[in-house]
Amino acid sequence: MTYTMTRQSKPILLGAILLTLAVPVFAAPDDVQVDRGHKVYDKWCFPCHGTGPGKPGTDSLRQRGQNPAVLEERTDLTAPAIKQFVRHGVFFMPMFRKTEISDSELDAIAAYLTRNNKK
Amino acid sequence: MRVPPGVAAKDFSDAIKQWQEAVGPDWVFTSDEDVDLYRDSYSPFWHEEQDPIPSAAVAPHTVEQVQSVVRVANEYEIPLWTISTGKNLGYGGSAPLLSGSVVLDLKRMDRVVEVNDQNHYALVEPGVSYFDLYRYIQDRGLKVWIDVPDPGWGSLIGNALDRGGGYTPMRDHFDSHCGMEVVLADGGILRTGMGALPGSKTWQQYRYGFGPFVDGIFSQGNFGVVTKMGFWLLPAPEGYKSGTVRVRRHDDLVPMIETLNYLMNSNLVQGTTTIASPLLMSRAAQGVSGGPSALLMSPGGPSVEELEKIGRDQNLPYWDCQLNFYGPTKVVEAQWQYAKEKYSAIPGASFVEGPTYRLPYDPQDTDKLPKRQFGIPSLTIFGLMGRSEGHMWFSPIIPMTGEAVFEAQKVFGQAYHDMGVPAISQLFVFPSSFFPRSFVILCGFPIYHDVEKNRRSREVFKGLVKAAAEHGWGEYRTHTAFMDTVADVYSFNNHALRRFHETIKDAVDPNGILSPGRCGVWPKRMRKAQA
Repeated sequence: MTYTMTRQSKPILLGAILLTLAVPVFAAPDDVQVDRGHKVYDKWCFPCHGTGPGKPGTDSLRQRGQNPAVLEERTDLTAPAIKQFVRHGVFFMPMFRKTEISDSELDAIAAYLTRNNKK
Repeated sequence: MRVPPGVAAKDFSDAIKQWQEAVGPDWVFTSDEDVDLYRDSYSPFWHEEQDPIPSAAVAPHTVEQVQSVVRVANEYEIPLWTISTGKNLGYGGSAPLLSGSVVLDLKRMDRVVEVNDQNHYALVEPGVSYFDLYRYIQDRGLKVWIDVPDPGWGSLIGNALDRGGGYTPMRDHFDSHCGMEVVLADGGILRTGMGALPGSKTWQQYRYGFGPFVDGIFSQGNFGVVTKMGFWLLPAPEGYKSGTVRVRRHDDLVPMIETLNYLMNSNLVQGTTTIASPLLMSRAAQGVSGGPSALLMSPGGPSVEELEKIGRDQNLPYWDCQLNFYGPTKVVEAQWQYAKEKYSAIPGASFVEGPTYRLPYDPQDTDKLPKRQFGIPSLTIFGLMGRSEGHMWFSPIIPMTGEAVFEAQKVFGQAYHDMGVPAISQLFVFPSSFFPRSFVILCGFPIYHDVEKNRRSREVFKGLVKAAAEHGWGEYRTHTAFMDTVADVYSFNNHALRRFHETIKDAVDPNGILSPGRCGVWPKRMRKAQA
């Protein structure tokens, strides 16, 4: 076989993802899942998206007009959007493999980051 | 299902089944959705046919599983591309060089086997990141520091094997290693140094063992799969101090670096030092016709005299460098005093006192500390990426002299000019002492999802490799896309070194399954096609 697959551009994906942000989330994540997601988030996401100086993900979102820029403070993220970002990357954020963040860990991150969404 | 080049579909299917038995079905990835996660997030071939795509990925959890995976690959002659954490972004990430290779993903091998804060060493597996080891040490209150490269999510083993560098006195990561465990292409296992002695008590304490020292061939190589590696760590210092030396004139760089050589090679200044230029980076200098990069990167920019005048008028030093000192506070204060004495021989030299830290520090205060100098991992470096969608690094080694820095500015400036690249878009990056006794210039190329821009960047990159080689300089490391290009310039005596590497490759990996093409070393069966 030949390997000629072209790749989807991250900015195109971003457009699709932003649209999904408008979809409300009704499922209430359970506390255990949220706690687990918090731990996974602290390990994999906080160094780039956390609070404090030197967090390039937070800084980049702020520069792009996102308010709040810290993911943990958002109330408009959806599970599909979060999964798209993690598995496809966006701008200089790379993709994450399943040996880094498994599907069930990704579900937990999504539960954590959507915990404060309006029910 | 994708199939590796030169492998029959039936054989590949059989191999997949055997890998699933060896590591468990959840850890063999064959769907496009899963395998595409291994492509280079910062690929310079985005949207192009040359963009490498793996055929599958296998993720063992133990060294025995690694042995099983390699044995199966050897039986069916399936090319494996080994990654540790796969976060070597800017140099190829988790993607293979040869499209269709199966990625051998060692991320799940994430055990910290031992950290000893009496003899100051660690023994780790390839999936252990700088973040992981830092947390391990902090959680246990151990009195050792690690040394970190800029991105903290990389693997200690992967980075050291790629001969990466950091910022503290232990900054040369391969040089800091002590002892390896390696799975060979036939699935056999060896330990290097004192590890070759059964029951050895000094595997992480004496590096060389007995007989020929082979560790080096497993760095930037494809002769085995490293499954454990020891590292010497820095005893947690009692203090840290920094101070900045500033000089006024362009030509002051020569004595500035001469003195730096003396201080660093005498171990009076420790860690990485970067030469910077407040003048050239200032708005004042940018206001001069052409800007500072024109002076640095192309003929006909503002003259040195013009820039020196701005420096005098606005009290801006032409050059500066921050010196780092580690040790008891009274010792580091004395080292700084001594450095100032030495630099005072340069007329007009001035000094900026940096802070002196009494250690240990409170882990709650890490955001207030100079993280890189303290071996605290972070991802801060990615903040420099602006609106690009990735980057790759051109990183030649040049002599640690002022004359060499001037020559590099001239040569690379001319090379950019000759290739028609606007000088202003290619700011010169100042040289750093990531490794003892030489300078590295790190020049980042942004990656975009734009075929033409990336194609042009690749052309310029190759032009710079050629220009560097013509002046006796070579890259210390490179992106997978340029491994053949860079290996080609290391050509002394009709490529004697490459031929030697190939002799080893043919002997230890006769079926050519391990990371084909890594750093220009191809197995015999693929060599002709690559020539």
